[in-house]
Amino acid sequence: MRSGIIAKKVGMTRLFMEDGRQIPVTVLQLDGLQVVAQRTADKDGYTAVQLGTGTAKAKRVSQAMRGHFAIAKVAPKRKVAEFRVAPENLINVGEEITADHYFEGQFVDVSGTSIGKGFAGAMKRHNFAGLRATHGVSISHRSHGSTGQCQDPGKVFKGKKMAGHMGAARVTTQNLQVVKTDAERGVIMVKGAVPGSKGGWVTVKDAVKKPFPENAILPAALRSAAEEAKRLAEEAAAQAAAEEEAAAKAAAEEQAAQEASALKDAEAEIEADKKEGDQ
Amino acid sequence: MDLIAQLEAEQISDLGKTIPDFKAGDTVRVGYKVTEGSRTRVQNFEGVCISRKNGEGVAGSFTVRKISFGEGVERVFPLYSTNIDAIEVVRRGKVRRAKLYYLRDRRGKSARIAEDNTYKPKKKA
Repeated sequence: MRSGIIAKKVGMTRLFMEDGRQIPVTVLQLDGLQVVAQRTADKDGYTAVQLGTGTAKAKRVSQAMRGHFAIAKVAPKRKVAEFRVAPENLINVGEEITADHYFEGQFVDVSGTSIGKGFAGAMKRHNFAGLRATHGVSISHRSHGSTGQCQDPGKVFKGKKMAGHMGAARVTTQNLQVVKTDAERGVIMVKGAVPGSKGGWVTVKDAVKKPFPENAILPAALRSAAEEAKRLAEEAAAQAAAEEEAAAKAAAEEQAAQEASALKDAEAEIEADKKEGDQ
Repeated sequence: MDLIAQLEAEQISDLGKTIPDFKAGDTVRVGYKVTEGSRTRVQNFEGVCISRKNGEGVAGSFTVRKISFGEGVERVFPLYSTNIDAIEVVRRGKVRRAKLYYLRDRRGKSARIAEDNTYKPKKKA
């Protein structure tokens, strides 16, 4: 099990593919997603990473949370969430996770807080059919109808579906496919809709109902790892360039030496010719 | 520019399509790619554009109506669909509505649209 991510829902758009398909996608954005704390088995009894994202004004963060962020040496975060991970997939505090944590085509589960609908009737809340439009029905066309039996049992069973508060609850949408990722801008595009309103925070995890993908990056796609790889590549490139330069220099020297010797030979020949002419 | 607008602008430039300037009332010919088995060909659909929806952006679409064998046929095309080979304006129409849904109730002579001879290409901002 590896860490998930916290992202901001930016909105929806569509992508036109080369083969004529168009895919509706939700755009999720990562904003300074860093590890804020670790939970370990010997200290907390379980292993997890606590991630923080977004930017919060330091003066609007409580003293306690300011201390918590200071220990981790990260800037105050707007949203903090914990992800259970396997002990070998723990990530160091302060590491930043990038958007290529997920690859194109992978399935993910996305959780968020759904849009609040307020007090909703049974038709909207539970897809009840309502009552008939005519045939003597008056005033109660959208009511739920009967809620139970008669004197026996003489009560309404618990959990009976009725009107009430709807939405503003934690909802998970499973098995959404990742269509595109952009690590530079921290953008992940997921096929289909994601719970919550624009600007809301969502958590993205590897799909639980699909086999764990083999080419997933463990423990996570980290900014430091990407920078290290980039640095190594640059170093290798620089070394290759230096070698090439040295080779070129050597070749030039050799050529110069050859030219010098050729010149010497020619001079000697001229000299010899002169001597011959004298004689 | 917000991120969505930026992504959409990028996609439009990546698709590299040139959409002609047309509006409801114009007669257009749409070359639509049809896949039959393994080979694809372009099928033309020519008729009156009766509505433009959702603007000029990547979400935009338009409806084309024609009378085929005495039966009205309407097709909705996304503006930037990769299945569209070309859009060609055949005739400019003079109309006083943005949506010409009233044409659905009309047949023959009353379903005609006068030609707009005063068309000027839009200046590029």
